[in-house]
Amino acid sequence: MNELLNILQYMDDPNARYVLTGTFLLGLSAGVLGCFAILRRRALVGDAVAHAVLPGVCLAFIIVGDKDPFALLIGSMVFGWISMIVMDAIVRNTRLSTDAAIGMVLSVFFGLGVVLLTYIQSTGNVNQSGLDAFLFGNAASLMPGDVQVFGTLSVIILITVAVSYKEMKMVSFDPDFAKSIGYPVKRIEFLIATLMVMTITVGLQAVGVVLMASMLIIPAAAGRYWTESLGIMMIIAAGVGALSGVGGTVISGLAPAMPTGPWIVVTALFLFLISFMFAPKRGEVIRKVRNMRNRVRIQDENVLKTIYLLQEQDGLDGKVRSLRDILKRRRMNIRKTRSSLGRLITGGFIDLVPGKPGGYLLTEKGRARAMRLVRVHRLWELYLTSQVQIAGDHVHDDAESMEHLITPEIEEQLTSLLGRPDTDPHRRKIPYGETTTEGGLL
Amino acid sequence: MSNKIPPIEVHDLTVAYRKKPVLWDIDFDVPEGKLIAVVGPNGAGKSTLIKTIMGLIDPVSGKILVYGKPVDRERPRIAYVPQRESVDWDFPISVYELVLMGRYSHLKLFHRPGSNDRRIATEALEKVGMSAYANRQISQLSGGQQQRVFLARALAQQADIYLMDEPLAGVDAATEATIFELLRVLRDEGKTVLVVHHDLQTVSGNFDWVMLLNLRLVSFGPVEEVFTAENLQKAYGGRLNILTQVVELAREKSFVRESGHE
Repeated sequence: MNELLNILQYMDDPNARYVLTGTFLLGLSAGVLGCFAILRRRALVGDAVAHAVLPGVCLAFIIVGDKDPFALLIGSMVFGWISMIVMDAIVRNTRLSTDAAIGMVLSVFFGLGVVLLTYIQSTGNVNQSGLDAFLFGNAASLMPGDVQVFGTLSVIILITVAVSYKEMKMVSFDPDFAKSIGYPVKRIEFLIATLMVMTITVGLQAVGVVLMASMLIIPAAAGRYWTESLGIMMIIAAGVGALSGVGGTVISGLAPAMPTGPWIVVTALFLFLISFMFAPKRGEVIRKVRNMRNRVRIQDENVLKTIYLLQEQDGLDGKVRSLRDILKRRRMNIRKTRSSLGRLITGGFIDLVPGKPGGYLLTEKGRARAMRLVRVHRLWELYLTSQVQIAGDHVHDDAESMEHLITPEIEEQLTSLLGRPDTDPHRRKIPYGETTTEGGLL
Repeated sequence: MSNKIPPIEVHDLTVAYRKKPVLWDIDFDVPEGKLIAVVGPNGAGKSTLIKTIMGLIDPVSGKILVYGKPVDRERPRIAYVPQRESVDWDFPISVYELVLMGRYSHLKLFHRPGSNDRRIATEALEKVGMSAYANRQISQLSGGQQQRVFLARALAQQADIYLMDEPLAGVDAATEATIFELLRVLRDEGKTVLVVHHDLQTVSGNFDWVMLLNLRLVSFGPVEEVFTAENLQKAYGGRLNILTQVVELAREKSFVRESGHE
């Protein structure tokens, strides 16, 4: 209760609202740019650039002697670009791989930045307060002037992406093709890189150089879980970014001297975990549920098929089969088989016949389904031996899993390709059900 | 030969990658309206050749003309189908969006595709038999379907020349037949089609002309004249092996002409 009151008080403060607007816009642009970073596999480059702008910011401060947002902007842009050029040059001219180049640039530039930061602190310049926020971010150190400059920058970034969305999408997906139709690929890549440096600059004071990369990566990674469309992914990533920006700022504002960056990242991570777990289709929970359902279905179908095979073996269609009969024919876990039998009864695939000896009997519906499984299994075995030239003793295991997977369309293709064969490679009859002319089935 | 300007002229082309020559002193004119296979062993420079024609790789020396002009001035008339593996098929776009990209070659930068572009993209998808997949995400496609979608994107470009990098790699027999049929239709419409091809079995009967390549241009002409056992021997084995050995030697000793860009 007390916390809620604190938050409300915090929101009421006009300065805080300024800061919140700033982190909100930062989250939006970082989310959007991050989509390009992760889809173009440049996430680590973003991390290196974020660290590499620190010496630029410090140099700007040394030269101007003040935390002037424009000077900081220019300083970080210049060093952002230099770091990208250096990484590119290392990869191109040495035998070092990309990750080594990224690692080198990140640590060397960051090290230089820390040296400069220490130097500034030793000079005792009164304007330096808040400069250490560049490491881990302190939203409270944002002045209204800073927010105005960085907020405008965020808006410019978003508008640029909106205008050149088609070009950036093309270049990110297939740069060779883009070049083949005459796109200025280098210039568009340079534009994306520039926007990334700008985003990093915007986030400098609120998040800090150390954690800035996660603002690019985490919201975009979260967005990927929800959709298969780049446009929607960017909107979700922007939303996740903005929400983490605002959330992290509020949380860190509740306690004095709490760094903002870590809280923004923690909030973003929380939203990512929700996406990772619960997103439809790609989410882990949904996938687990889907896998479990599949396993259950396969188990049920195996039980059903076993009863059918018992009937096929002795030709006694009306004979009830006990659990023992079933397990003797196919080794299965007894508990799982029991629950399968229960589900099959509920589904109307088998009947439970009481009495002595009691047991299970396929219904018409169950018989048709089991027959289809056996048919597909044998068709597939025949296909593998006759068309794919796989030895007859190697095909059973594959068919055992394929029979649960093959769709009626594929089954039809198989039947017509093989010319509706009568027997499988092991000379067992392929059952076609009511459409066959032989007696005894209907 | 008539004095019509050939679709593609390649003069004295040499391309190197990290100082190792990949194509050496290649010279040929591509005839108009022919379906041409480019064959040769692995590393013969087949992909490099069409990438260089498209301006994706800068040659060490030589000149390439498309309808008598530098390729940059004739880009809307020439369509390129990259190798299937060259892109990330998990990229979040739909089949239709991918095909629509073919229309970007006729659009100015920052202009959106219009209803005419959408119609052409839809028709291109129909031609490759992938209409039913228009709204699928591209990661759900099989290898053969990926090739067909790439082809549809090239068709949407409505170009006069088509350069294709292994469009028949990793496709099933049915897709192969569909793609060959599409190539023939393009040829019958008077287009010039150059296909990097890996399967020597399917050259005769499917292509008009064939280019045998192995670092050097071994032979280039109508299939019935050029696609001979002797030429194949030259391209895939025999004397050129010595050339390859010398090139390797030259590379070890850093003896080869410097590339301007590598």
